[in-house]
Amino acid sequence: MPSPASETPLIFDGGQDGRANRYVPPAPPLAELLPAALLRDDLPLPDNTELDVVRHFTRLSQKTFGIDTVFYPLGSCTMKYNPRINDALANLPALRDVHPFVPDELAQGALAVMWELERSLASLFGMAAFSLNPAAGAHAELTALLIAKAYFKKKGDARRTTVIVPDTAHGTNPASAAMVGYNVVSLKSDERGRVSVDAIRAAAGPDTAVCMMTNPNTLGLFEDHIHEIAAAVHAAGGLMYYDGANANALMGNSRPGDMGFDLMHLNLHKTFSIPHGGGGAGAGPVGVAAHLVPFLPTPVVRADGYGETDGRWPSDGLTFSLDFERPDAIGTMRSFWSNFAHMVRALAYCYANGTAGLTRVSQLAVLNANYIRASIRDLIDIPYDEINRHEFVASAQSIKRESGVRALDIGKALLDRGYHAPTVYFPLLVPECIMIEPTETESKETLDGFIAALRDILIAARENPQSVLDAPVNTPVSRVDETRAARQPDLRWHKKG
Amino acid sequence: MYTPHTARDIEAMLRVVGVASLDELVRVPDAVAVRAPLDVVPSLSEIEIAERFAAFAERTTAGEYISFLGAGAYRHYVPPVIGALAMRGEFLTAYTPYQAEVSQGYLQAIYEWQTYIALLTGMDVANASVYDGATALAEGAIMAINATGRKAVLVSQAVHPNYRAVLRTYAAGLDVTVDELPYAAGGTTDASALESLLADQRYAAVVVQSPNFFGAIDALPAAAVATIKATKTLLIGVTAEALSLAALATPASWGVDIAVGEGQSFGNAIAYGGPHVGFIATTTEHLRRIPGRLVGRTVDKDGRTAYVLTLQAREQHIRREKATSNICTNQAHCALVATIYLAALGKTGLRDVAAHNIVRANALRDAVGALEWHAVRFAAPTFNEFVLRVPDRASVTLAALRERGIVGGLDLGRFYPELADCILMTATELTTPAQIERLAAALAEIAADAVARI
Amino acid sequence: MAQPAGLLFSKDHEWVKLDGDVATIGISDYAQSSLGDIVYVELPRVGATLTQFAGIGVVESVKAVSDIFTPLGGEVLEINPALEADPALVNREPFDGGWFYKLKLGDDAEKSNLMSGADYDKLIAEA
Repeated sequence: MPSPASETPLIFDGGQDGRANRYVPPAPPLAELLPAALLRDDLPLPDNTELDVVRHFTRLSQKTFGIDTVFYPLGSCTMKYNPRINDALANLPALRDVHPFVPDELAQGALAVMWELERSLASLFGMAAFSLNPAAGAHAELTALLIAKAYFKKKGDARRTTVIVPDTAHGTNPASAAMVGYNVVSLKSDERGRVSVDAIRAAAGPDTAVCMMTNPNTLGLFEDHIHEIAAAVHAAGGLMYYDGANANALMGNSRPGDMGFDLMHLNLHKTFSIPHGGGGAGAGPVGVAAHLVPFLPTPVVRADGYGETDGRWPSDGLTFSLDFERPDAIGTMRSFWSNFAHMVRALAYCYANGTAGLTRVSQLAVLNANYIRASIRDLIDIPYDEINRHEFVASAQSIKRESGVRALDIGKALLDRGYHAPTVYFPLLVPECIMIEPTETESKETLDGFIAALRDILIAARENPQSVLDAPVNTPVSRVDETRAARQPDLRWHKKG
Repeated sequence: MYTPHTARDIEAMLRVVGVASLDELVRVPDAVAVRAPLDVVPSLSEIEIAERFAAFAERTTAGEYISFLGAGAYRHYVPPVIGALAMRGEFLTAYTPYQAEVSQGYLQAIYEWQTYIALLTGMDVANASVYDGATALAEGAIMAINATGRKAVLVSQAVHPNYRAVLRTYAAGLDVTVDELPYAAGGTTDASALESLLADQRYAAVVVQSPNFFGAIDALPAAAVATIKATKTLLIGVTAEALSLAALATPASWGVDIAVGEGQSFGNAIAYGGPHVGFIATTTEHLRRIPGRLVGRTVDKDGRTAYVLTLQAREQHIRREKATSNICTNQAHCALVATIYLAALGKTGLRDVAAHNIVRANALRDAVGALEWHAVRFAAPTFNEFVLRVPDRASVTLAALRERGIVGGLDLGRFYPELADCILMTATELTTPAQIERLAAALAEIAADAVARI
Repeated sequence: MAQPAGLLFSKDHEWVKLDGDVATIGISDYAQSSLGDIVYVELPRVGATLTQFAGIGVVESVKAVSDIFTPLGGEVLEINPALEADPALVNREPFDGGWFYKLKLGDDAEKSNLMSGADYDKLIAEA
């Protein structure tokens, strides 16, 4: 069998005319069905046998790390185990094949799934309602900022043009703000790594639309003055937005709604175990406080009979419908109603846990992160060496000064030992930043193995730096020439001749 | 349920951390501690969860009906080999391929997706996917606005109503004007006023969908495209039924600058509307404006072929507020599914499936169009969808069809009040002659009842 | 490390060489070194009128992007044709072949808002 290091030719390099599979019966030529002027001349795609397709993609999968094979301590990504029952349920034919345009009466089960999830999220995070519309976190941020813009427009307040964002914020925050025409004001974090109340009081004013924060922040630290921060922003007439990327840290313990946030989003592909799938599809529900509910994008799932049934769960006594008649809605954010297959997965995950289970998830996520921090702090700088939440940051700055080994190199050395690298160079505030988030689904044995490997690397970084700088050597390819990729973009195969 | 910690583990770990209990570890200030009891669904064992969701599935009765729905989400045959490969754990549970050395599989697969989309649309380059067809259009419009500096877009009324709604929602954030071009009697875009509309060069782009929402093949004629080019306006071509790309003249061939659309037809489930997969493809001229991720081919330090995320300087994690878009997570796994589908079907399979779609749709159209009091509403040639005029309000006819176990299509009156007596119907390779017969018989019966009542 | 003689600098790491009222502008060696391998340079259009210190273009490296803030205002006369095919020229010859654009000085007095090579040396030493 070819070794993983050997190159897999492109699917276009193999394949020949006449190797077609018979998935459908032969059909009449297109030229007999439509006038030639409407048809394309040629379809320059390869025909491959099913076996060739199977070998091709199986081999590609073998050159790809996944949670299923390795530990992924990626800060800010929450790479927890993706339960298989969720995929099986999303694949139930009735739920998998239902068309978004069928009348509501034919989709009651699908609507019940969406409604139960929405009610669970609302309670868990302290918001009045959630929209399941957005397809991802960044999409949700955009949605939330559009809601804020519509809210202020309805109030007749045209001065609100600024979004305040801490310097530790995820890049999507300012990018989303720009897509809504807002100016971004970046707030320097204080020496404790947090947003200072004084800084907020100074920055928030009549031009403040939204203050976008996350809690715990991207350094993994709980913003312990969040209540006062929210009060200051509200006093200036602005809204508070919670970036839910770090929600795994606080379920059952603290709620953004109670902290004073008016808007929030969740990343179901982080906190709620939806598979990352190589970079998506995700799902990013948006939650709002009561005064913002009218602005939610359409459609919203409505339940008739709600409040009149005996217990809220199960939802069997209720009739559901999609509500499009919402005069203040910002509009709609996507072709259809939600990444529904992921709503199935997320709800199944909620059922697997319940309130007590989700509370435990957050507690153990925090325990795992602190355990790693406490186990490596003698070998690498921990800029904020205190009890953190579900993630923490380390800095390789002094290692770099000593031997030239950077955060990037430490990450590459971990790849050689069968661990995915942690997040590096984010947040920008910490030089040579390494952000570690183990999640709660990893056992003590796995963490001990990772700690041992990382300790080895940190020692080697000082005593034998070249070994780290040369990494990785055990992976299908070694370090990639990114400069060439950017200077001479080769973004697709071209037919020869 | 998925946490492995034993009491002993927790005890040992707390000791290392130097904290007495989990409660102490996660303590938050009283002001923000959870107060009220939380109300999440109850905790169940896996077997009970399976039963619960079987109940949800049973309450979703749409599968018991024969369906002729399309309108942006299409039923196609998905060979099981696609799921078998795409659901491999390495693909399913991988993160974004930022660490190229351990992500070569995914990176190559996405490079192949980019190639397939470029070949299918005839464009130079495509990105690694966006959320869906509607957001692909919104992102394409933003590209055009950035390229031209003009803050207005002219979009055909025959573009999918939901896509236009999303465009308007995004436009509201950017203070961009969205104007509409009407559709003509034949069912295609009415380009007659185009010259005067474009004369003052205010529009960044003209947006047309082909096949359009009515199913009509709506590639703009050469004269219209010439007017667009002459006024330095960009042409955005939308494709909602990606399978049509296998048969019809490519967007590039009729002058499209930015091709956007929906790839769900390639192997992805309809799943009540998502996740699906949007694509954006364009010419080399606009390469640096493309939003989202791009995979490039290069070499590693030992000279081996290697794939890597490239041109990342455009993206949010570096450019922040000056990014070409805020998009981060995209639809990578759905793009993978589509890539495997395209590889398995191949040129021959795709052409055959496309041909079957046309044949079945023609059969459907002939059967129902010939019924008394019914008529095919638009004369333009179609791919696998068309519009049928019925002798009553479409909503009434569709309700009567449902009583007979049929979802007859989409009530166009929902989006076009002037077409309240029209149903948008779709046939694919999954539509059988028996199903067509049943629909025709049912429509005849319903019409006879309606007429008898008059 | 001393900067080449006869140049003025802005705090955003651009250099200016003046020849009468024509200014040639580029980025400093310190800037190119901080950015790493440069992959693309986005320059203003010929004929565009620039305002001193406005953001008028972009320098892209693999992992970072930097705005170009024009150190002087005026009309763009020429942009460096070599950079499209060979952006690495900026890394190799930041003060010579890697120049970005030439402009016709709008207001001579704006020079006083720039600093000498010696002052720029001090600026980057403190960074």
